[in-house]
Amino acid sequence: MGKTISDEMIEHVSILAQLELSDEEKEQAKADMGRMLDYIDQLNELDTAGVEPMAHVFPVENVFREDVAAGAGACREEILANAPKSRDGAFQVPKTVDIG
Amino acid sequence: MSREYETVIGLEVHVELATKTKIFCGCSTQFGGAPNTHTCPVCTGMPGALPVLNRQAVEYAVAVGLAANCTINRRCQFDRKNYFYPDNPQNYQISQLYQPLCVNGGIEIETGRGRKWIGIHEIHMEEDAGKLIHDEKEGCSLVDYNRSGVPLIEIVSEPDMRDAEEVIAYLEKLRLMIQYLGASDCKLQEGSMRVDVNLSVREAETEVLGTRTEMKNLNSFKAIARAIQGERQRQISLLEEGKPVIQETRRWDDSKECSYPMRSKEDAKDYRYFPEPDLPPISISPQWLAQIRACQPEMRTEKLARYQKEYGIPEYDARIITESKRMADIFEAAADICNKPKKVSNWLMGEAMRLLKETGQDPQELSFAPENLAKLIDLIDAGVINGTVGKKVFEAIFREDADPVRYIEEKGLAAVNDEDALKAAAEQVIRENPQSVEDFHRGKKKAVGFLVGQTMKAMGGKANPQTVNRLLNEMLSGISEKSAGSGRGERS
Amino acid sequence: MGLMDLTAAELGKKIRAGEVSAVEAAEEALARAEVKEGQIHAYISLNPDYALKRAKQVQKQIADGTLSGPLAGVPVAVKDNICTRGIPTTCASRMLEGFVPPYSARAVENLEKAGAVIIGKTNMDEFAMGSTTETSAFGVTRNPWNLEHVPGGSSGGSCAAVAAREVSFALASDTGGSIRQPSAFCGVTGLKPTYGTVSRYGLVAYGSSLDQIGPVAKDVTDCAAVLEAIASWDPADSTSVKRDSYDFTGALKDDAKGLRIGIPRDYFGAGLNPEVKEAVLRVAWVLEEKGAAAEEFDLSLVQYAIPAYYVIACAEASSNLARFDGVKYGYRAAEYAGLHSMYKKTRSEGFGPEVKRRIMLGSFVLSSGYYDAYYRKALQARTLIRQAFDSAFARFDVILAPAAPSAAPRLGESLDDPVRMYLGDIYTISANLAGLPAITVPCGMDSAGLPIGAQLIGDCFEEKKILRAAYAFEQAAEYAGRSPAAGKPAGEKTAAAPEAGKGGAQG
Repeated sequence: MGKTISDEMIEHVSILAQLELSDEEKEQAKADMGRMLDYIDQLNELDTAGVEPMAHVFPVENVFREDVAAGAGACREEILANAPKSRDGAFQVPKTVDIG
Repeated sequence: MSREYETVIGLEVHVELATKTKIFCGCSTQFGGAPNTHTCPVCTGMPGALPVLNRQAVEYAVAVGLAANCTINRRCQFDRKNYFYPDNPQNYQISQLYQPLCVNGGIEIETGRGRKWIGIHEIHMEEDAGKLIHDEKEGCSLVDYNRSGVPLIEIVSEPDMRDAEEVIAYLEKLRLMIQYLGASDCKLQEGSMRVDVNLSVREAETEVLGTRTEMKNLNSFKAIARAIQGERQRQISLLEEGKPVIQETRRWDDSKECSYPMRSKEDAKDYRYFPEPDLPPISISPQWLAQIRACQPEMRTEKLARYQKEYGIPEYDARIITESKRMADIFEAAADICNKPKKVSNWLMGEAMRLLKETGQDPQELSFAPENLAKLIDLIDAGVINGTVGKKVFEAIFREDADPVRYIEEKGLAAVNDEDALKAAAEQVIRENPQSVEDFHRGKKKAVGFLVGQTMKAMGGKANPQTVNRLLNEMLSGISEKSAGSGRGERS
Repeated sequence: MGLMDLTAAELGKKIRAGEVSAVEAAEEALARAEVKEGQIHAYISLNPDYALKRAKQVQKQIADGTLSGPLAGVPVAVKDNICTRGIPTTCASRMLEGFVPPYSARAVENLEKAGAVIIGKTNMDEFAMGSTTETSAFGVTRNPWNLEHVPGGSSGGSCAAVAAREVSFALASDTGGSIRQPSAFCGVTGLKPTYGTVSRYGLVAYGSSLDQIGPVAKDVTDCAAVLEAIASWDPADSTSVKRDSYDFTGALKDDAKGLRIGIPRDYFGAGLNPEVKEAVLRVAWVLEEKGAAAEEFDLSLVQYAIPAYYVIACAEASSNLARFDGVKYGYRAAEYAGLHSMYKKTRSEGFGPEVKRRIMLGSFVLSSGYYDAYYRKALQARTLIRQAFDSAFARFDVILAPAAPSAAPRLGESLDDPVRMYLGDIYTISANLAGLPAITVPCGMDSAGLPIGAQLIGDCFEEKKILRAAYAFEQAAEYAGRSPAAGKPAGEKTAAAPEAGKGGAQG
């Protein structure tokens, strides 16, 4: 028993999650995730054929707002005040390269 | 290079919808503005902020879907597309994957080779990202979320196109259709229409598709055509050399006419889509659909027929005018005011198109009031100004939406209809141009044209050329009656 | 008896009667915090200036008659994952250190409209991920009944503040039991409303389809009154529900006649501490004496709730917490080389181990090739669990359950083994998966002198039924309003006073 999580898998997931794990943390993550997935695998005992997945609690539909302006820019200064780095009314980040 | 290759092209077209506010918050969608002035906690991804869907965005998207012959799914939902990039404040984009709004459509295009059906795989809704301003000097980028959350539709075609001509025909048709719907202004330069080209090549007569690449950063139809040509050649060269085509996203540099891969090892391309828990699904009832259908504006084909029938303009004119929704709108309004549709059409097809070309603008950018064109036509017909001055006035209308009446007055352009003044000018011209007078008397009747021109010039262009022509003819005939040779004497 | 020993309803009454001013109440709450915080550490931040300014405003409004509700002038503590405009909101994470929200959560706005005075922001497990409040980046909160024990979590700060009489009542959030379990551990009353009843606008999301804000209070009456104040249909929260009625206090009748109580055998089997079991089952007997009919039944699927919950909650969390990246707010790593290095360093340094663990799991179950096997499967299990509750509620008005397998564990005992820790949530997470309302009421003490709580779960939108059952039980039992002796400074050495503060329930 015990699901084995490969190093590649941990590497891939940490890129997805944008987390940098130390070697020790990686080992811990492998062990934790393996144990948890084993536990989660219990779900396979359930026959879910034809069962609609429940993404929302209630079958509510069509919640809209009308196309009417409201509160735009009202708290721009408060929003920007939280930025770790900002300049000229914009959030400053390290230089980006184009990605797809 | 003995082998024949076929190019297979599919397009992903993003179109910003013309809503007043963003797709999930009440911020303005207006283009421009200082950085982050059109923002709020929702579109800057503040902790705890939640999206609420703009009904108008859905209705525009459905309208496009209907016009593109799609099946509108009765039920659709939003999904989160997860990826890290600073133009995306939540680091996920609210989009649609599992249940898009519109599927299985298509439009017919026409090229030199005839008509062809281009399939549309799906049209889904999503939110636009913010803008990154690169500061080379500081080596940083600045993030502006004004565009973040502007509603988009992504129109995904089938890989049905084979060359740039078909691609442009498809895009033009799509753009016109969407403009007619009022769902977007579809400006490539401003990015309200963005085209990604998926392209692969395969040996002719083969069935299996080759490996495709995705080309981005295409800002004009010309760039698209060049990029298609360039990428086709690049892929063929690779195949000829026995090298594989890599499935990747490439960025087209139109100034260098080549493309570069946009790769990053941090870009795992695993978007972990899952149903957006903050937004309940959308259900489109037959009643709602019928309502949207009933509100669909007149499309181009209908206008084309109506213009010929109702306004009596030739098919050729109607085609050119209806090629832009904006021009068609101006035509109809101006024709209805002055009741001279053919004249309106002449101005639009002639001067308007000339000036558009000169200024490098798109007909959709025509910004003058139709009333002003109608007034201009009436002023010319009434002889207040002549056609030449009319062109000058039209240019003012075109450039600054000038009121022709006020403009003519301010610039003192009204035609001089005082015959004594015209006669005086004509006499002066006759005196100064004896050679032309002589030519005239020798039977070169065309010489009068030169004299008319000179007189017009002397009048600062403000004379009615017909009147000048009549006066000159009368005067020259008078001269011939008096003395045919006097001109020669005066000359020496 | 001090002002903070009173229930919110009692204190509100005194304030409206002019016996106490809103300012005096706020001062008393701040003074109590001064005395208790050294031991308890229920708060992440106290805001005396803001509180006193607000109290003065409120007092003026009370005086001129523009404020007359039951909570006018009553001090409240707010869990630190609920946005408060101008007041730092940290989610107990380094990641949000220094973040000052540019807006208030709708629930906070509603509370302030009702005249409640925010005293401070309470400690919690980081981003509400935990069951002990030990994952907070700002230190643990201690259980007021015994300082060597945890207060539970993730809303440990809110529950400890109320239990230690530092404040009249508190706001908290519940994603998998985060109100109900610490309420049980701290001997206070906590309610998780039906999903959609209280707007989530301004609640920093953990599991969006599971999260709800709810009250933590000294008794059932206060819970009902606070719920009435904070519940609202909110156009800014698309998942908020327009309810037919927002009357909850109308349910406070000391009468259980006709109430059908279901006791799921699955909840009272192995793994449940015998003392807890006995105390919780006694609730059924008490209610039966008041006219209810209790019956055992098999709920089924109970063991699948935990795996389904952790897949769904972690998946949603992995996406919800992606926005914490050092660009817009909060922490940014000091040193990095380029964009992705900034993301990774910021997130690795800013998040604690439990948060990272859940983000990793959540990213994995959504990743290419695993979505169907894990995420979709979990959503299907969720449907089945909901159906099991639907059939149960066809037979019963209220389901009686423990809130936790035992009383509060000792500090430092829980974090090592994630699976074991998650197992502790077995009784509470189903209500979140199915969107059900549930309330925890104190129902006894274990032999170590720690409180035990019983959970009453209702069908969706049936808060009134669980409030009625909880109220009827509370009237008969002596546990509500008990205040802990532990942690009291010398000279204030009173034993647990069974009847202390209970008067409010009658009023």
